[in-house]
Amino acid sequence: MRFRFASAPIDAAAGRRELLDGAAGGYVSFEGWVRDHNEGLAVSRLEYEAFQELAVKEGDRIVNEALARFPIKRALCVHRVGDLSIGEMAVWVGVCAVHRGEAFDACRYIIDEVKHRVPIWKKEHYRNGDSGWVNCEACAAAPVHSHDPRHSHG
Amino acid sequence: MQLKVHYYALLREQAGRSEETIETAAATASELFGELHARYGFSLARDQLKVAVNSEFREWGHPLRAGDAVVFIPPVAGG
Repeated sequence: MRFRFASAPIDAAAGRRELLDGAAGGYVSFEGWVRDHNEGLAVSRLEYEAFQELAVKEGDRIVNEALARFPIKRALCVHRVGDLSIGEMAVWVGVCAVHRGEAFDACRYIIDEVKHRVPIWKKEHYRNGDSGWVNCEACAAAPVHSHDPRHSHG
Repeated sequence: MQLKVHYYALLREQAGRSEETIETAAATASELFGELHARYGFSLARDQLKVAVNSEFREWGHPLRAGDAVVFIPPVAGG
């Protein structure tokens, strides 16, 4: 399985160890962190929820696409679920390849596709006491589609 | 026929449950969403969602069969 969920803090060092490969000359990783603000609001914490059965299938498809599309050796993605604090790692992607260029490209491909396709939802809790599901509340408020790139639909 | 519906995120909160078994005559995923949208007053419209049947993405016209597990998928926000 090349995509999995973690309900406890992600162990990036363990993920990196799984990618060790004598034929690889470069390793690239990406960490997504919980940020203390979004769209002008101060964020206090996040909740991630996933439809895990489909999410692991779709996540695995994405990593396999990266392995087919780029000449890389190995790749892995781990995503958190549950309650996260500011600064915690929400997602980790690691890729190794013979050369660095392909590792950067494949890592970028995986994180971009995961954000748009995998059934994971993020609820932001704000310092002002409000909360909201990211990408859902804007839809509800403005059902006529804008083309705001923040307003992504999977 | 009987179907299982699972709810996530905003739809879970608006339905007030994470899953239910329902009796329906809906022939397609689209018809089922119409029934549930009317029942729960979801703030999201069908065109803003995707649908999965038995844990695979499907088209809205996908025919439903007894025992299927249906999930309506709000706009995602991983990462």
